Amino acid sequence: MKLLDKHAIFEKNSIILVIGILITVAIGGLIEIVPLFYLENTIEKVSGMRPYTPLELAGRNIYVREGCYNCHSQMIRATRDEVERYGHYSLAAESMYDHPFQWGSKRNGPDLARVGNKYSDEWHREHLIKPSSVVPETIMPGYPFLAETELKYSLIDQDLKVNQMIGVPYTDDQIKFAVADLEAQLDEDSDDYDAFMERYPSAQVRDFDGNRSEVTELDALIAYLQMLGTLVDFTIYNELENNR
Amino acid sequence: MSEKELDNVTGVETTGHEWDGIKELNNPMPRWWIYTFIVCCIWGFIYQFLYPSWPLINDYYKGYFNETQRDIIGAELKAIARDRSVFTERIKDADLVTIRNDNSMFEFAQAGGKAAFGDNCAPCHGTGAAGFVGYPNLNDDEWIWGGSLDEIHYTISFGVRGVHEDTRLNDMPAFLRDELLTKQEIDDVTTYVQSLSDRTITSNTAAQELYIDNCSTCHGEDGKGLREFGAPDLTDAISLYVTDRDSIIDIISYSRGGVMPTWRGRLDEATIKSLAIYVHTLGGGE
Repeated sequence: MKLLDKHAIFEKNSIILVIGILITVAIGGLIEIVPLFYLENTIEKVSGMRPYTPLELAGRNIYVREGCYNCHSQMIRATRDEVERYGHYSLAAESMYDHPFQWGSKRNGPDLARVGNKYSDEWHREHLIKPSSVVPETIMPGYPFLAETELKYSLIDQDLKVNQMIGVPYTDDQIKFAVADLEAQLDEDSDDYDAFMERYPSAQVRDFDGNRSEVTELDALIAYLQMLGTLVDFTIYNELENNR
Repeated sequence: MSEKELDNVTGVETTGHEWDGIKELNNPMPRWWIYTFIVCCIWGFIYQFLYPSWPLINDYYKGYFNETQRDIIGAELKAIARDRSVFTERIKDADLVTIRNDNSMFEFAQAGGKAAFGDNCAPCHGTGAAGFVGYPNLNDDEWIWGGSLDEIHYTISFGVRGVHEDTRLNDMPAFLRDELLTKQEIDDVTTYVQSLSDRTITSNTAAQELYIDNCSTCHGEDGKGLREFGAPDLTDAISLYVTDRDSIIDIISYSRGGVMPTWRGRLDEATIKSLAIYVHTLGGGE
């Protein structure tokens, strides 16, 4: 009972108890979390992943702001039913530029990890403004204000910069031309088109909300949704090399 | 700790703590709880040797079974693909008419097509495939790009204004925005277009000429549409969009251009063929 008697010091001093708890939790973190940062096989080798374009990043911010993750996950789990419905299971590499990630844990609606290019822009437009107009049985609320709200993007370069600071490989050019790139993604005929495509290969360029006169939040959100899950080329993805 | 003190009523030792004269009995943990705890601890030790657990310097301990969820799903998918391959291999290579006429393949394609339709097509065309404004009804006889098995298969594979280079594509001019017709002319030609499907509406020859000059190349002189251009029939009461007068004026003025996604690449060939078979049998297949 000698050892147990010494336990009294933790029970009688709250500060010592807190320090003890912190040390215990830190051991768990050291073993469970830290290795993920140094083990190379945590993130698969893939081709095609690139940081978000400024427009996609702005759309992603709206996705986070509206709490889409409360009902939609972005994580196709490695089980047969999920893969058959949504496509290849999600890879760690596919969310390596996400800060914070949007994996989610609740599915009132379907998983969105590979929703990109699955439906048309027009469908997304109608569906976001009034979901029941295209899916009568849906319980999703409408977001009609997105189409009427102008996108505030004059400071989007700061957003890229913060992402760069926490490890997303944005180049200085990408940050410098962020505002121009955001506008370029909405117009196939703009002079910045080539420069934009060089900075963001495989980006989709068009007017997403069907309203060329304005840059709306709907533009940004649809640009983000239409990109989701389309970056990694699974036809050349080496499953065996990346299995872990 | 204070000296041991026994509770008068139960004879059990107390903890020595006292709150307003109330003392706490120091009963031991139930035996069943302690044994369960010990068994769990033992199991925990065994478990970490059987399955992936400890991080190492360059790798991690993979466990006695060397098992990962990714291998499991890979094997599961292979197994199900093998089970289905009896049909999918044949469906993949057979032409659509053969599938349609072969009972076993047809049944498989029907069931598979229906399942794939529910997740991939229903959001636009509706769960019953009756469509919405802007999204065609697949149950009727009216087809914009053609309703034969091969045409349906092509549309599903490459989409309409999709991302594939072989996608179906047309581009109706926006007659007002592109300044091809004046407002008055659009008004007149709208009357003519309405008269094609509604005999109570009469139009004049000037409007008909406008139609012939501007619209007939794609929609045909008789207004019955031309499928090679994906130009809809204007003479029947079936329409992709709302057909009141203002809506028709709007369509002629600013055009429309719905998009159907490209499915080749997202769905495998057997699934696309199954979908073509399923859609073909919904009611309007030619």
